[in-house]
Amino acid sequence: MAMMLPPIKNRQTGWRLFLMTVIGRSYPRVVGMQRELSWIFFDTFLPMLGVVAYVFVYRAIKAPEDYVGFVVVGGAMMAYWMNVLWSMSSQLYWEKETGNLALYIISPGPMMGILLGMAMGGLFATTLRALGIVILGSLFFQVHYVIVSFWQLFLVFFLTMVALYGLGMMTASLYLLLSREAYHLSNLAQEPIFLISGFYFPIKSFPAWVPFVGSIIPLTMGMDAMRQLAFASGPSLGWISVKLELIGLVVLSVLFLVSARVLLDYMERLAVREGRLTESRA
Amino acid sequence: MDGSNSIETQGLGRVYKIRNPGKKEARTLTALEGVDLQIQRGELFGILGPNGAGKTTLIKILTTLLSPTHGTAHVAGFDVTKDPENVRSRINMVSGGESSGYGLLTVRENLWMFAQFYGIPSKEANERIKTLLKIVGIEDRANTRSSSLSTGLRQKMNIVRGFLTDPEILFLDEPTLGLDVGASRSVRDFIRRWMDENHQRTLLLTTHYMVEAEELCDRVAIINKGKLLACGTPASLKQSQQREAIFQIDLDSPKSLEVSVFEQLAGVNMVKLHDEEGKTVMDLALSEEAVLANVIAAATTQGAQIITLQKREPTLEDVFVRLVGQRMEEVEHGNDASPD
Repeated sequence: MAMMLPPIKNRQTGWRLFLMTVIGRSYPRVVGMQRELSWIFFDTFLPMLGVVAYVFVYRAIKAPEDYVGFVVVGGAMMAYWMNVLWSMSSQLYWEKETGNLALYIISPGPMMGILLGMAMGGLFATTLRALGIVILGSLFFQVHYVIVSFWQLFLVFFLTMVALYGLGMMTASLYLLLSREAYHLSNLAQEPIFLISGFYFPIKSFPAWVPFVGSIIPLTMGMDAMRQLAFASGPSLGWISVKLELIGLVVLSVLFLVSARVLLDYMERLAVREGRLTESRA
Repeated sequence: MDGSNSIETQGLGRVYKIRNPGKKEARTLTALEGVDLQIQRGELFGILGPNGAGKTTLIKILTTLLSPTHGTAHVAGFDVTKDPENVRSRINMVSGGESSGYGLLTVRENLWMFAQFYGIPSKEANERIKTLLKIVGIEDRANTRSSSLSTGLRQKMNIVRGFLTDPEILFLDEPTLGLDVGASRSVRDFIRRWMDENHQRTLLLTTHYMVEAEELCDRVAIINKGKLLACGTPASLKQSQQREAIFQIDLDSPKSLEVSVFEQLAGVNMVKLHDEEGKTVMDLALSEEAVLANVIAAATTQGAQIITLQKREPTLEDVFVRLVGQRMEEVEHGNDASPD
């Protein structure tokens, strides 16, 4: 009888398996999420309405024109925050509900690879949406950028994303044990962050302790630094120096990624012990 | 652990603690108790039991998804609690009625994604996916989004996902649940062929379909209320009933028959009555055929008329009834939402 299936010849392990796991898990977000074209309306056009409202307010009160640019950058960065909040943090809970989590756990692919894949895929998909907001907003409101250093700007953006998605990976583990409560926690975190991270205005407007507290969310320092590097009035409206913000972002990146790893191991052990990986019990 | 065993458990148990809202004390629920199992490499082993018997709890422990509260379990020679990574690289699992994968991805893409988690290079993965989809008869659905699949087709995709990674030990938890007769048969044929092809493979299958256990499994363990009641080949389990005469009598009865009347008769080892399509069906296990005359007399005294009388070979259903005291469906009706 002919073999139905020959044995697997080149099964990968180690870092190659890790990389394949990352690519595999990012695929549904990179490819799948683009298939429902409704995202163009819901993820680009609707957030633009919030941007438009702020722009009209600033123009009505004759605020400096760079404020319009601040709003456009804030609107684009908001897409990343929403993605981390709704598609990263609560994702493991939803994966549990659909039965995917059990399959991820029993596969030899490392769970950190799964989480990183979710993050990379989410980052890619959200970048398409954020770019849409930046391009539309910039063209529509004729935003004038004065970029001091492209490489510094890229570095700030890169570190902001590493820290932000590291935060998402960390909270994904925490949310796993919170089950349905995770949904409420995301709701709770959404609006206050818009305020204390300064999505639509310079964070310098607040007393110093507010941005300090808000800096636990990487977008606070990230947006402030990006505005300082991309607009003429940015440095004068900035909270602290770009250099300090870069250091802060590096610290947050390391903190969140290491915490994600530790928490993931801990939560997995706890969930296996209490029987929570496949059902809400105990 | 014996080197020839793929799976071995000793005194395996799992007790769930269930919080009662408003009460300090948590309620406990024993899902599995004192299970001893030795499954040899190359065996197709079946766990037969009603819903809520503890089958899925057992599979969860063996696949490292749940830790036992008592006893030990080894899979492929590794302790599931102490060495889960080594277990995971050697196993795969498919559950009946699961909705894994992503609806926005096609069947092929979903399967490719899972292959990546097992380190199978894309070219090899795609070739295997093509072959397997052809075998289970859904090659024409390779580029269909999985959200558009019917329950049966989705389950076939899940089955392919399990076999795709060529696991040393495969766990199938109610694999034909929700499938129609034809689809169930083709899945069972495939499982048997896969096992016959390589005798190093081991497959543990849970089911509550007697025919599935009887047709497929080299050995079967019967489980109920978390306890292992019997274990052996289907033939040996049935043979344990062979010393009794098994009869099925279809009766036309104007009123409900008193089962206690039959139970009190000398030589009646087991009697079960149930209604089916307007008639009363009596399943009997007698110590000897001669006792049948007394049973018939007792039935006619109660006003019943015999429609058909059939002596038959014992089935796994008879073994189950003998061990549990109830038919599988009766047990399932009586079970609440306890963990399976």
